[in-house]
Amino acid sequence: MIKKFIHQFASPKTYLFQVDRAYPYIFYTSLSIYLVALFWGLFLTSEDFVQGNSYRIIYLHVPASFISQSLYLAMAFASAIFLIWKVKLSAYLVRSIAPIGAITTFIALVSGAIWGIPTWGTWWAWDARIISTLILFIMYLGLISLHDSFTDNEKADKFLAILVIVGSVNIPIIKMSVEWWSTLHQTASITVTEKPAIDPSMLYPLFGSIIGFTGIVFCLVILSSKLQILKREKNKSWVKDYV
Amino acid sequence: MKAIRKKRLTTVLFLLLTSGLGTILIIKALDSNLDFFFTPSEIFAEDLPENKRIKVGGMVLEDSVERDGTNIVFQITDYEESIEVEFNGIVPDLFKEGSGVVVLGYLFEGSIKAEKVLAKHDENYMPPSLDIEK
Repeated sequence: MIKKFIHQFASPKTYLFQVDRAYPYIFYTSLSIYLVALFWGLFLTSEDFVQGNSYRIIYLHVPASFISQSLYLAMAFASAIFLIWKVKLSAYLVRSIAPIGAITTFIALVSGAIWGIPTWGTWWAWDARIISTLILFIMYLGLISLHDSFTDNEKADKFLAILVIVGSVNIPIIKMSVEWWSTLHQTASITVTEKPAIDPSMLYPLFGSIIGFTGIVFCLVILSSKLQILKREKNKSWVKDYV
Repeated sequence: MKAIRKKRLTTVLFLLLTSGLGTILIIKALDSNLDFFFTPSEIFAEDLPENKRIKVGGMVLEDSVERDGTNIVFQITDYEESIEVEFNGIVPDLFKEGSGVVVLGYLFEGSIKAEKVLAKHDENYMPPSLDIEK
């Protein structure tokens, strides 16, 4: 049963029709969650005891940073599936996640820079957390241009998947950078092992913003993957019917 | 799992292992060069040259800040060693005694002539009312 389900879902055609159906529900649900969390975080919660109102950019910075790293892990996972099982859909997904990853990493960098001005007193520092995130951004751009530089799509998929897996070593580095080295960036407020260092009144809207933002980004990935499927399968008859 | 897939899985794991090992070696080689700043203890231990631009980080020592117009003199401490910092300019709003700071400047006659002062904050967030209660 499960095997049959996976096999069906792995066909680009089934995937496309299924996500088409789910898309509006995911989009409007996550958009409303994010807007509620944003309103809660910006207007209803108290200011911070050290940073005042400037901490409120956390409701954009943390979701964007979280999702930019998660997307890379998703790409690495899809790459492994592609290399081992040769599932075409996962190769399409790897290529379609990359630009969305680049956008979210860019949002994380810019929102971090804006946050840095009133708190740190500088918008940029060559500290380990910021450098490793910048590397993530450059990696996303590099992966996109690598794939697009091939005329042979099959070859491009394979090279992309290998490079994505090699590059995944950067994710634990980003995560641990604030622990391993002395950085201007503070250590993580939310960890698996310890009680969050954020007051509950600020933590709930933060969780809401992470969930909502993730949903919105998920929708972007769906749109991007649809584009990729239609482009790559453009000679199939069902694509002609669909368009 | 078919033999060919097992082989491919091994290749993927090998890829991950080798790139991981390579990265660990690079990080080990870079060691403390990836640190954003020196602590006061490291400065005294390493005997740094005077004309080199460095960053020093730590806490602003309590009751050490002396202001005279835009001139400001304070001590950075890691609660083992302390070093004096002289600065002329505007410090960030978050700069205060007992909180984190990173200064960029030169070592000169045992104190730091700072060109820039950055504030470092920690990972704790809470409303001001809760802070007063504590």
